[in-house]
Amino acid sequence: MTAPLLTDITIFVLALLVGFEVISKVPATLHTPLMSAANSIHGIVLAGAMIIAVTANNALGYILAFVAAAFAAMNVVGGYVVTGRMLKMFRRVRAPVAAGNPPAAVSGNGQAPGQGAGGRP
Amino acid sequence: MSTFDWVTQLLYVAAATCFVLGLHLMNSPATARRGNQVSTAGMALAIATTLALVIHAGTVTATGWIVMITGALIGAGAGLYAARTVEMTAMPQLVSLFNAVGGGAAALVAINDYVKLASSGVAESVTITTILDVLIGAVTFSGSIIAAGKLQGFINSAPITFPGSRVANTAAALVAVGGGIYMIVTPSVPVLIVIILAALAFGVTMVIPIGGADMPVVISLLNAFTGTAVAMAGFVIGNWALIIAGALVGASGSILTKLMADAMNRSLANIMIGGFGTGDTGPAVEGPGGDVRSIQADDAAIQLAYAQKVIIVPGYGLAAAQAQHQVADLAALLEERGAEVSYAIHPVAGRMPGHMNVLLAEANVPYPQLKEMDEINPEFARTDVALVIGANDVTNPAARRPGTAISGMPILDVDQAKSIIVIKRSMGHGYAGIDNELYVNPKTSMFFADAKSALTELTSAVKTLVG
Repeated sequence: MTAPLLTDITIFVLALLVGFEVISKVPATLHTPLMSAANSIHGIVLAGAMIIAVTANNALGYILAFVAAAFAAMNVVGGYVVTGRMLKMFRRVRAPVAAGNPPAAVSGNGQAPGQGAGGRP
Repeated sequence: MSTFDWVTQLLYVAAATCFVLGLHLMNSPATARRGNQVSTAGMALAIATTLALVIHAGTVTATGWIVMITGALIGAGAGLYAARTVEMTAMPQLVSLFNAVGGGAAALVAINDYVKLASSGVAESVTITTILDVLIGAVTFSGSIIAAGKLQGFINSAPITFPGSRVANTAAALVAVGGGIYMIVTPSVPVLIVIILAALAFGVTMVIPIGGADMPVVISLLNAFTGTAVAMAGFVIGNWALIIAGALVGASGSILTKLMADAMNRSLANIMIGGFGTGDTGPAVEGPGGDVRSIQADDAAIQLAYAQKVIIVPGYGLAAAQAQHQVADLAALLEERGAEVSYAIHPVAGRMPGHMNVLLAEANVPYPQLKEMDEINPEFARTDVALVIGANDVTNPAARRPGTAISGMPILDVDQAKSIIVIKRSMGHGYAGIDNELYVNPKTSMFFADAKSALTELTSAVKTLVG
């Protein structure tokens, strides 16, 4: 066992504990956006995918770099966009539009009251 | 360490801080959006730092750049399109898909690293983290794709078991683990390929036998797996940002897995082995018999129109019927009449944790009306009408008695309300396959109809009544 590995394990365990502490406070109402947000965070694997390219110099390396970059970029971009889209829907008060509108119009109009309520619950 | 290394490491720490802060801000719907923005900023920082690192290394070939950038652009475009167009009812599939690609990418990072090192000898610690990353990543990849397929309806969402499925699953696990042990002793790329294939097969055989209503657990578990795979990728390439981010996701997925399993009072092992009805916990105990009272929209509307306090109990059936907007309309009308309306949300009401809340939020229901089980249960006793739409097992009082398939499962105390209206298409069984004793309760009226048309009828009946 090497010193860097020990450091890595320490960081891993501490991050796990921080994660348990922070996430156990998220209310059930937000569990879907939470999972989606966690999803976007593991999109950090894009960093790993980019590092593949540093040493890639043959066909296999290029294929792996390409697929990994595509997968990870899909993960990170999609994750953040859809989390934002969901959270925009959570409003403290009913938006001043008639319910039953297409989702796009509802979320667009709901933006202002959503931010107005953004201070304190 | 050079100055450059110092700066990049510190930037990674800053990015990790943003992730933790972002998750922390999700402790309230009012701050959650800011949380997502903070997290996004952290991610942008981490990616920019990595880009600087890659440029600084100076070894990326022209082809390497082209491959990396086109890959990222194609992936980003696909992700963006999916995120913008997905229906909220299809969120579980999308999350599953992102789990799949995240886990897959993590496995590829380790595979690439191992193939590079294999010729010159690999340290044991690297081999172990590589194997863990590849195993978990590949299982997540194939398992999540199967889960997404089941949720989307490409694959039958019922528990699928075939003769020998258990054997195939066990064999795949043994091959993967055995191969892993062999690799620690003798580094070998062919064995790595065998492990990848075995892990992929394990993922498929693991998720195939699990039924649709158990999906909240499966998705949470696969989410935890993805996080762990990413953390392992961090170990392999020695990148702290990956380790921290992966650990955070691992923690999140684990917590949600436990919450979902608890909400069904089933152990994780029991869920993974297969759906209800495949074991010996069949409907051994018959509930108290009784007559079912059926009513029409007009009678139901009278009850609702004169109720002071109404609790709506939505289940997956509501989402399946796409009736979220109709229920929100009815609730808004009752509120205008001065009634107090809230929604009782069981933790496993949808196909992923918290799914029902998102569906109702989309239908313009203010989040303070969305109540968790523990919060709402004491309120049923002083509720005039509980309106149950598309929820079944989670309202069955049989869960309070021992000896039924759902015994011990935490339920919504709907039967304590002064009167109960259940909108349901038929007397069909829920996922657990047992009779719901709520339906024969003398206080219960059954409104047999499709959720969407029933709610539309109810709304117009209430309007005519009070108009």
